[in-house]
Amino acid sequence: MRALRPLIILAGLICLWQIVVSLSSVPPYILPSPLEVAAALWRRADVILKHALLTAAEILLGLTLGAFLGACSALSMAYFRPARRWLLPVLVISQAVPVFALAPLLVLWFGYGIASKVAMATLIIYFPVTAAFHDGLRRTEPGWLDLARTMNASRASMLLHVRIPAALPALSSGLRVATAVAPIGAVIGEWVGSSAGLGYLMLHANARMQIDVMFAALFTLAVLAVALYFTMDTLLRRATPWLPDSFPDND
Amino acid sequence: MSESMASITAPPPLSVTVHAARVTHGGEALFDGLDITLAAGRWTCLLGTSGVGKSTLLHLILGLKETEQRAGGGDTVTCSDGLPLAGRAAFMAQTDLLLPWLTALDNVNLGRRLRGSHDGGEVEARALLDQVGLAANAGDRPATLSGGMRQRVALARTLMENRPVVLMDEPFSALDAITRIKLQNLAAELLRGRTVFLVTHDPLEALRLGHRIHVMAGRPARLGEAMEPAGSPPRNVDDRQLLEMQGDLLCRLAEASS
Repeated sequence: MRALRPLIILAGLICLWQIVVSLSSVPPYILPSPLEVAAALWRRADVILKHALLTAAEILLGLTLGAFLGACSALSMAYFRPARRWLLPVLVISQAVPVFALAPLLVLWFGYGIASKVAMATLIIYFPVTAAFHDGLRRTEPGWLDLARTMNASRASMLLHVRIPAALPALSSGLRVATAVAPIGAVIGEWVGSSAGLGYLMLHANARMQIDVMFAALFTLAVLAVALYFTMDTLLRRATPWLPDSFPDND
Repeated sequence: MSESMASITAPPPLSVTVHAARVTHGGEALFDGLDITLAAGRWTCLLGTSGVGKSTLLHLILGLKETEQRAGGGDTVTCSDGLPLAGRAAFMAQTDLLLPWLTALDNVNLGRRLRGSHDGGEVEARALLDQVGLAANAGDRPATLSGGMRQRVALARTLMENRPVVLMDEPFSALDAITRIKLQNLAAELLRGRTVFLVTHDPLEALRLGHRIHVMAGRPARLGEAMEPAGSPPRNVDDRQLLEMQGDLLCRLAEASS
């Protein structure tokens, strides 16, 4: 039942879509019916797959890079006081500039290829990961640190054995947000300038009035994002098995 | 059970002296010129109402809180062998402070892990878990254990450090009456021969476990004359002398806080 639930929701949404199309008689070049989109998906599967793989690669690379840089920043802020003083303002400024506004610049600097999209996704992810992890590292139960001090633990050891594990739940929250926004970064990057990827395919199809193909690409992107989110969620749950879940399955 | 203690030899007893301790909090002195001696191999209990500065004193002895410099210099906390106390006192708090991501066994063995020694310790940790009656729970995470069990793991972790001095901050106060008595007995037995400083607000607990009992009251707080109940701890809860002294202590505490 649990595994079926998303499928049932999906089926419900598709039915609703079909009903709206049938009742309102919107022309297919405004809103194609699910059947037409499915047909487009089938007809152009090879092209869509090719573009989807590229977008998936951009998202995954951006996610990896952003999470890595974010975690490193948070850790250095937790460990080195000067880093805390100098990095925190940089972090805030990095968020004051709208990342989307940087997209044309990134394309200019990193080119039309995959690099500018990875950079875009990385930039979007960097802040939520850093902020969440840093928050978690800062809020270690003081009693644990007192105990560790009486056990003659070094600062590095306290960070490794107490602060980091204690901050994993917070890092998980940051990574969940990051996973949800990473596709946005990749697609915006593709819109601004590219010759491949699902975002490019959508613009390309839109310009040629192939609205069914555009919807097929959109659908693929949604599936990709949802699959990515659930994979990340499962991995994070496995990484923190001691955490209580106050929404158990039988709630 | 005392035979099984042979696996860990307790270090030689050590007495600790606090001289002229002074801590201010928000401009007001919590205590000033406070003296207390923790006799070697004995339990010293400190009774007082909440907020009087008991825990602050304990943290000061542990070195987690700085004492304010007094005129004439010299160390506030000294040991009978002339060496600093740092690194020779184990700490047990009101909450068990077990790390939720580690098993009971790994929690007992936490000190070694934190000091970066990867060799062994597991045999001793298992033996200690056995002594506190939790041999079967070595692989369990703290969340699956009851409050009493968790505090027993914390006791095993304290013993694992094998320090001559043990400082306890209301370690049993969150437990129900029966579990508390059982844990007091267990602690009295397992910590025998060590210098123990127990901070508590439960007069009966102090009377059961303490060789010497001090009452801390007032602001700035001072220590009243020490009580020394007869007999050796853990004393029985239905001991007549104990119950009389409990009444006396309660009166003193009530008087001090009014």
